[in-house]
Amino acid sequence: MPEHTEHVDSVRTYALVFAALIFLTVATTAVAFVDLGAFSVVAALVIATCKMLLVALFFMHVRHSTKLTRLVVLGGLLWLVILLLLTLGDMMTRGWVGVPGR
Amino acid sequence: MASEVHADGESLALREQFDTAAQQKDASTLGMWIFLITEVMFFGGMFLAYTVYRRTYPEIFAIASSSLNVYIGAANTVVLLCSSFTMVMAVRAAQLGRTKGIVLFLILTLLLGGVFLGVKAYEWNEKFQEHHIPGPSFHLEGLAPDQQGHAQLFFSLYFAMTGLHALHMVIGAGLLGVLIWQARRGRFSAEYMTPVDLTGLYWHFVDIIWIFLFPLLYLIDRHLK
Repeated sequence: MPEHTEHVDSVRTYALVFAALIFLTVATTAVAFVDLGAFSVVAALVIATCKMLLVALFFMHVRHSTKLTRLVVLGGLLWLVILLLLTLGDMMTRGWVGVPGR
Repeated sequence: MASEVHADGESLALREQFDTAAQQKDASTLGMWIFLITEVMFFGGMFLAYTVYRRTYPEIFAIASSSLNVYIGAANTVVLLCSSFTMVMAVRAAQLGRTKGIVLFLILTLLLGGVFLGVKAYEWNEKFQEHHIPGPSFHLEGLAPDQQGHAQLFFSLYFAMTGLHALHMVIGAGLLGVLIWQARRGRFSAEYMTPVDLTGLYWHFVDIIWIFLFPLLYLIDRHLK
């Protein structure tokens, strides 16, 4: 009857992901003390996104989840991107065109 | 095994409205993810407010961020990552139907969550003593009087975001407490461990929020100092 086969990952897999997360935490802290100019925030966000992917794919089992669940996760993130991009787009381009009467 | 079978043949793993246990499990997982997406949007608004104000006052945000203790923040990040590891080990124990493992790893997760909140409380207390709480007595060293308001914006965001994160941790700790109690009573088995699995998703989500909060709040332009 058990047609539902749970994917049980090995302790080794989880331990490796955990080690990678600790390494990235040390890396993001260390790189913050280096003057990268405007790229320091890029470096911080790239490392944070890598950590997020590790946690989501392995610890939250997204890599074993159904296509529907994956679609929902991606769809949700898409809305977050819309929220951030459209607002920042507005912020950054306001000065480009003069507003009549102001 | 330990799943309670009702008089009408229903079990925790297979309620009558589902065709198969797998379908029920997938439905629960999907529902939890939809809840987590609403949480992403909830925190997303705060991350957006943070981005807008950091872009408006970059220098002052850098100075205000440098007043936070980066080593305590990094250590607390490690504590939270450890708790995520023990959480995933609890879920694994549940998948294998090992009740003792579930209880042990859930207790470890709860303890690590408690350490995180304790450290956070210590940091907040420090802010009170240093007058870094937004309000009439706010004062951040090294800033002109007309810049104090902008620094207060940073600390308002700091307290709102870490505060909401901590609230989620407290709720998570409550859930862990219930799970530990239920696991000890033998409620979970390899056939039915959905509550452990879904609480795991929640706990890891809260971890991901901190993964972004740590660099954004603690690590702005550290090289300036």
